[in-house]
Amino acid sequence: MLFPVASSPQDPVRVVVTGAGIVTALGAGWRSNSDGFRAGRTGFRPVTLFDVSRQRAKTAAEADLPEVLPQTRLDSRRLGRLDRAGRMLLLAAHEAWKQAGWAPAEDLPLILGTTAGGMMLGEAYFRRALENPVSRRGQAFRAVCYQPQVQARLVMEALNFSGPISIVSNACASGGNAIGQAWELIRSGQTTRAVAGGFDSLCEMVYSGFDSLQALSTTVCRPFDVRRDGLALGEGSAVVMLETLEGASRRGANILGEIIGYASSIDQHHLTQPHPQGQTTKSVMKSACASAGVDAEDIGYINAHGTGTVLNDSSEALAITEWAGTHAGSLPVSSTKANIGHLLGAAGAVEAVVCLMALREQWLPPEIAFEIPDPACKFPVVHQPQDARVEVALSNSFGFGGVNATLIFRRWE
Amino acid sequence: MTRIFVAGLGAVSPAGWTVAAMREALELGKSLPAQALVDLPVSSTGLMARLVPAPPTRPEFLSHPRLRRTSPITHYAASAALEAMAGIQPARLENTRVGLIVCVQSGCVQYSCRFYDEALKNPATASPLLFPETVHAAPASHIAVLVKNITLVTSQVGDPSCFLLAMAQGAQWLDEKRVDFCLVIGAEEPNWITADALRLFDRTTCISAGAGAICLSREPDPSFGVELTAITDAHTYSFVKGRGRAALAMRNQLNDHSDNKEADLLCDGLGNSPQVDRAELAAWRDWPGARLSPACILGQGLMAGAAWQCVAACDALAKRRFKTAKVSLVGFNQQAIGAEFQANDTSR
Repeated sequence: MLFPVASSPQDPVRVVVTGAGIVTALGAGWRSNSDGFRAGRTGFRPVTLFDVSRQRAKTAAEADLPEVLPQTRLDSRRLGRLDRAGRMLLLAAHEAWKQAGWAPAEDLPLILGTTAGGMMLGEAYFRRALENPVSRRGQAFRAVCYQPQVQARLVMEALNFSGPISIVSNACASGGNAIGQAWELIRSGQTTRAVAGGFDSLCEMVYSGFDSLQALSTTVCRPFDVRRDGLALGEGSAVVMLETLEGASRRGANILGEIIGYASSIDQHHLTQPHPQGQTTKSVMKSACASAGVDAEDIGYINAHGTGTVLNDSSEALAITEWAGTHAGSLPVSSTKANIGHLLGAAGAVEAVVCLMALREQWLPPEIAFEIPDPACKFPVVHQPQDARVEVALSNSFGFGGVNATLIFRRWE
Repeated sequence: MTRIFVAGLGAVSPAGWTVAAMREALELGKSLPAQALVDLPVSSTGLMARLVPAPPTRPEFLSHPRLRRTSPITHYAASAALEAMAGIQPARLENTRVGLIVCVQSGCVQYSCRFYDEALKNPATASPLLFPETVHAAPASHIAVLVKNITLVTSQVGDPSCFLLAMAQGAQWLDEKRVDFCLVIGAEEPNWITADALRLFDRTTCISAGAGAICLSREPDPSFGVELTAITDAHTYSFVKGRGRAALAMRNQLNDHSDNKEADLLCDGLGNSPQVDRAELAAWRDWPGARLSPACILGQGLMAGAAWQCVAACDALAKRRFKTAKVSLVGFNQQAIGAEFQANDTSR
């Protein structure tokens, strides 16, 4: 039963990650992404998925997807129901599932973040309805399969598990909140395992939306650089397999890292703009640290939300500086949106996996294009590839609507 | 586990802008009249919908600056939220933390269609005022400004069964004492594209729109006396477990759990739509108690419809017409989930 459930255990359960899958413009899979982030590679190129000739911006971080998807329980007909976003989700979920070595399961929660789901199919439905009103061919398929819960169900089918599906849609904080909500379910004893992540593909409507807001960079995406002129969009997916430390230890699982803290908060300042002084950012980082039982001094790296817009980065920089206090001067910060763009609903999940990579392999992901820090940045912005000793990493995700998420990860030795 | 009580209800539906208006329409038992959708693209002529009437007077909350450019889904959700909170004594709300979970299926589809249409015609002139309101999280963001003390917010997308997942999440937040009240809202707005898509699957379905809100609390509310007693597992559909099997499993689990074996009220999702209703009809075929099917009266409200079912069930208990009420949510393409509420005299 979803309710009533047993009361929370007196001592919160420890939650570890035993599988992680990732797809970005840097590649499909942990290795290609890890190599790319470590070296500070970028994945931007002219947009090919739709016409951008009349947009201000012309580039994005498109992902190259393999022509053949991994062998799963989905036959070719059912694979055909997955759109671009769903295919990225399946790739990431399959990698994570295999890595975790989980067996088929019932009652395994799947919590995913997305902003647009299969929006490319939704767009196609709209265009067909306008352009070819007589023909209804394919419209039923588009109407059903653009819905993110349908993509999620197909992934469950592919990997042979079942359970409650939750689709979190907190704009650009969706992926971070999805992982956080899964973490809460396990920590409170309501489940012992969960699959969580985020996915979003590039699509014309969202690209046009950010372009209309003049939020897209027409030069280079440079979070925290004083010359920054906007964000760059990307696409991708990341999925993590979460389970109790006890369960993972019992089965001798390979633990990739531990999630030790999470918090979510609401910034009521404006629908699309953060509080200029970063009040909510400060409070969400504080709350996440409190849930993790750590202080700012314990954080060894921050993967910032860092979109590259003037407003976000100055607000976040002020918040980090004030929150970290004297520790700020030695707290390395970077935004991997400089490498792969803003993945919207997938961003928080992908950045969570980047944190796990950094902790596991002991490096920091650089922003190669970063040169001149914004005066609000009192912390070092990582801009050269570097190895580092990192024990605890923090990841920020903020979104339109003001729902923020902060996740905190600890290295597993 | 902490006991969870209902502290307030709100509804906006084709019957009007209050729970009372919805109750009256459900008691009358006559399907509300459908209207032709206007401003349709060529392909969608003849689409009908049960629309929310204009409010008798302009609601005061609409003058809030944050709501200036919002679309109807935000208006409906905000009105339902404020109604659900209105009955709670101010003293109870002082120094409290309120959680907010907004669920949608189609979501902010009016501005999405408008904006995409503009972008296709000429992206250089597509309105930047519209785009932020296309985001699923927009209604929750606006409500968080209107309703006092909101500290924890999330938005969910899915088929109507999600409304009960959200209720379970709200109960979890309350159990963990992260909030003192939790507003759970289901909302939709009317649009030709949703009606057009639904018509592909069942030509008899009549789309509608609106919102329903339930405020949950750890403390029994003297003015309501309604308790949430059960939410079943999510019976997710699969290639081997279709809607029919999932609906039956949900019903069986609800029966097994129930202390009160007497049939009382079933608030189901039937909507005079043979194809869509088939699984749910079969699962509850032998239900001997009273039945309430809001969609037959109000139309297919998607996530708002799920919220209306729960609101109608709780309202019937609050009015002491029944002792227990079950809610059956057999979603379109995700999962089947059921819930049980009880009238709780000890809380009065």
